[in-house]
Amino acid sequence: MVDPLLRVENVSKRFGGLLAVDQASFIARPGRITALIGPNGAGKTTLFSIITGFQQPSQGRIVYAGEDITGQPPHKLARLGVARTFQIVQPFVGLTVRENIAVGAHLSRRSRTDALAAAGDVGRAVGLGDRLDRPAHSLTVAGRKRLELARALAIQPRLLLLDEVLAGLNPSEIRDIVPVIRAIAGGGVTMVMIEHIMQAVMKLAENVFVLSEGRVLAEGAPQEIAVNPRVIEAYLGKGAATRMMAAGADHG
Amino acid sequence: MPILAVVGLLAAVPLITSSNVTLNFMVMALLIALVGQGWNLLGGFGGQYSFGHAAFFGTGAYVTAILQMRYGVNAWLGFVIGVAAGALFGAITGLLSFRSGLKGSYFALITLAFAEVLRIVASVTPITGAGVGTLVILDLRPEAFQFQSRAPFYWIILALVGVSLVLTRMIEHSRFGAYLVAVRENEDAARALGVDATMIKLGAMTVSAAMTAAGGCFYTQYFLFIDANIAYGPWISIEALLAPIIGGIGTVFGPLLGALLVKTLGELAKLVTGGAPGLDLVIYGGVLVAVVAFAPRGMAGIFVDLRRLLRKAQERGDG
Repeated sequence: MVDPLLRVENVSKRFGGLLAVDQASFIARPGRITALIGPNGAGKTTLFSIITGFQQPSQGRIVYAGEDITGQPPHKLARLGVARTFQIVQPFVGLTVRENIAVGAHLSRRSRTDALAAAGDVGRAVGLGDRLDRPAHSLTVAGRKRLELARALAIQPRLLLLDEVLAGLNPSEIRDIVPVIRAIAGGGVTMVMIEHIMQAVMKLAENVFVLSEGRVLAEGAPQEIAVNPRVIEAYLGKGAATRMMAAGADHG
Repeated sequence: MPILAVVGLLAAVPLITSSNVTLNFMVMALLIALVGQGWNLLGGFGGQYSFGHAAFFGTGAYVTAILQMRYGVNAWLGFVIGVAAGALFGAITGLLSFRSGLKGSYFALITLAFAEVLRIVASVTPITGAGVGTLVILDLRPEAFQFQSRAPFYWIILALVGVSLVLTRMIEHSRFGAYLVAVRENEDAARALGVDATMIKLGAMTVSAAMTAAGGCFYTQYFLFIDANIAYGPWISIEALLAPIIGGIGTVFGPLLGALLVKTLGELAKLVTGGAPGLDLVIYGGVLVAVVAFAPRGMAGIFVDLRRLLRKAQERGDG
């Protein structure tokens, strides 16, 4: 089996009395999409912040491309090819869409002209081609999600962490963006996505880790995860799995 | 190219008038434009609002004066060293503030504190002439950076403003400038894209301090006198931020536009109020409030809006 590109090893994060992440471990295999799911407050975003250097783990380590990267600052990790999007979109509101993406493109390009040209290409690839010269603040939620994606892609990452890029989108918008994500993976970028929308997870991810109360509860293919009683209980409460089975039997 | 046109136009002023009052007015306006451009680079482009640019202005002013008077250094060399000292001081204060993660109002307060500490120190230490201040001996030779008439001074400060405009334009169109604006807009998002936010802010503060220090050095040569309240007083910190805010924060021409407007306004206010002490400042304050309330992007923003309106009107005419 191929070595994982990202290996999160027994990472814990404590905020005062709260253990937000508790000995969590997971891996992301190169060129694949790995999903991280779990109820609100499970520690998914905190884990992303730790992987990308915005927060330090209280314990554990992060191994990327065979190297221990624990505690490296975000800008260094970006230079190593680790990109992320933010759950709450963080556009540079005063800039145009193209200028937003160019900030990412500048990582490998000193020249302003080159960066702006590359930004245009990336923008078109994620479907923002007609809005490149609009101010970022004029974008809709769906547009902002695409922008978030485009900026991260512009640094030409090897590993891309997507924090709920589908949240807040309507079904038709989700249908539009899923192929974009699949195309990125097709381009060889390894992805880890935090996602609540299970339909999309089923379509995109090859491997799913379920996080609950800071711990990894289950791991497996999306189809296995969806019927795993422990996972259903984590989302819907104790006994939900058996009730669902019963209900399913009635309808079947 | 607009820079060349504007500087060329302004260069003609001494050819039109030899009035000392007019030239003096223009010199002061350009001095504020230079100091304001320094503030604008850090505050306008980088979003780091300093309330203490006097720290850099005063450092430039004192270093030039002291080097000449105590160490017999040539005035031109003193000027260069003064600018370098300002830049160095900017880098040091930047390192202290940014490494400790000071942002927003905390950054504003720490810069104010730096300037005030320097003002108090300068008003008591012997090397700065303490409360008496430092006088530069009159030596009206170009080699000593002193001139019989005001015109050469005017052209020198205009050249400095020209350099600051070109430098700002170059930064605006560079990777450094793009990163600086990204840090202003959203520091976390910028860091996630590979921007070393601390280094970028530090770089901006260093260049910013150098520009403002150049204004201080020029002040010393122009007035041949400097004391703690002039060098490190709040007046210059306020002028430094008023000009770009009124003219158009984060734009290349904002500080120049704002400086000319603010100075003109100041003179007009004095005329209207007949020199009643403090009354001109009331008018001054009123305009500032109006600008912040109705034109947050300053005069430059108004121009952009006007141009857009005109273009729209034209399109409608064509259609």
